[in-house]
Amino acid sequence: MRTLLFAVLVMLVLACVSLLVGVTHMPVWAMLAGSDDGHAARILAISRIPRTLALVLAGASMAIAGLIMQMMIRNRFAEPTTSGTVEAASLGLLIVTIMAPELPVMGKMLVAAAFALAGTLLFVRLLRLVPLRDPLMVPLLGIMLGGVIHAVATFIAYRFDLLQSLLAWTMGDFSGVLRGRYELLWVGGLLAAVAWIAADRFTVAGLGRDFTTNLGLNYKRVLALGLVIVSMVTSAVVVTVGMIPFLGLIVPNVVSLTVGDNMRRAVPWVAVLGAIFVLSCDILGRIIREPYEIPLGTVVGVVGSAMFLWLVLRKRAHAA
Amino acid sequence: MILANEVTKRYGDAVVVDGLSVTIPKGGITSIIGPNGAGKSTLLSMLARLLKMDGGSVTVGGLDVTATASDVIARRLAILRQDNHLSARLTVRDLVTFGRFPYSRGRPTLDDKAHVERALAYLDLGALADRYLDELSGGQRQRAFVAMVLCQDTDYVLLDEPLNNLDMKHAQSMMKTLRRATRDFGKTVVLVLHDINFASWYSDFVVALKDGRLAAAGTVDEVIREDMLRDIYGMEIQVHAVAGQRIALYYE
Repeated sequence: MRTLLFAVLVMLVLACVSLLVGVTHMPVWAMLAGSDDGHAARILAISRIPRTLALVLAGASMAIAGLIMQMMIRNRFAEPTTSGTVEAASLGLLIVTIMAPELPVMGKMLVAAAFALAGTLLFVRLLRLVPLRDPLMVPLLGIMLGGVIHAVATFIAYRFDLLQSLLAWTMGDFSGVLRGRYELLWVGGLLAAVAWIAADRFTVAGLGRDFTTNLGLNYKRVLALGLVIVSMVTSAVVVTVGMIPFLGLIVPNVVSLTVGDNMRRAVPWVAVLGAIFVLSCDILGRIIREPYEIPLGTVVGVVGSAMFLWLVLRKRAHAA
Repeated sequence: MILANEVTKRYGDAVVVDGLSVTIPKGGITSIIGPNGAGKSTLLSMLARLLKMDGGSVTVGGLDVTATASDVIARRLAILRQDNHLSARLTVRDLVTFGRFPYSRGRPTLDDKAHVERALAYLDLGALADRYLDELSGGQRQRAFVAMVLCQDTDYVLLDEPLNNLDMKHAQSMMKTLRRATRDFGKTVVLVLHDINFASWYSDFVVALKDGRLAAAGTVDEVIREDMLRDIYGMEIQVHAVAGQRIALYYE
């Protein structure tokens, strides 16, 4: 409990740093003294606070989506980028952008979420058809499925001259976050809270269908709730800031090593560490080559793939 | 009492359990025996509503298992299948606490916690309570799973080959624990067992299956007999009286 409070403190400090780092000069002291006629306050309200909130919300909710996915698929390496979920969400977003460009962003998100859910269900179906002995085959299958869906999306995007948008959805970037353009992420935050409330159900489902039925729960219903949350969170993130790779994989695994998988205990940890991870990567991307920015997706990709390799090799060593 | 009436399970053309009717008495230990593929585990899963029946019905203590709400059944009957592989990392205490889920819905009360501690002590898991399941041996893990279903505090406890993974010492202690649970708390324990001598030694009632049908059901004296076992297993098995129990010799 005390360590969790410490983690929350670290997150708050990073959030403050995130408020202060940026291209535009922001005279904090002058603002506090009230002698800059509201310039700094405007930057804060329009750009910095929305960006920081977006980072915290996206980081926390994507990490929780990964945790839920790992419980539902019962595989340590399952997360929205290794199950076709993200690719299906961006395909859905692409199609709704072409067919109904006037639809408000909330509607677009719902369409993307429906596609994400369909893609994930297809993945679950495939797993049932192809019994896999090696747990590492599960994410491979998901990545392949994602590759196929992405190829279809790329073909359509190429035809409609939307490759730029497709890239933006699959590559997380927070530099465009301004007031009025990130609020959808609150949906993700809300769903993360739902995940905490339903945490015990998800843990039970993570024990398997027979355990779940034995304890008097409807397995299919829990599975459906979990996958709907994952799909909604994924599409909210894809629509607003673009996908953040590896996040849902690394954070839950690190938490699992330290506090285990009882989701009632794991959810707050996963949320806070997810936010910390994304905040640090974004701050790093902003200061490495100031005044330019490296997109968050790139930074996370580099840091995340290294950590992913470490996790895989560690698992292998354990299994051997 | 568990009543199975004309229970049937098919996979495509293969009939695994074929119109089977049996009555399992309340109280004591009932063992289900029979050769591989006789339908023992399938029957157990259907008794516990884990597997859909293609025909027939099952009542447990008067409740129809398919028509009664699943959470009501969960307070009446607990089942543990074999090969419980968990990818989730839980401590022994976490797992056993989930046995209280049908009562607590995830918010364990003091009463639930007392049940958990009692179940841990009952299976001699006190020292391992805060260890993660993936750090335990197969036998210790098996005991943790059994502690969880006992913690569910149901009148009926169904276990599919609970002696798997256990060495002689732990197998003996598991059977004694289960027998104690039937004596102390009046539970009805139904087991699928491969070792007919464990079945013979500890059971109050034996159900024998062959080819998805009931081959025999009765007390140990009625079922563990040379003519019966020859029919059930299709081999010569001698039955000797040893220390007042019926022991089968089938090694040569």
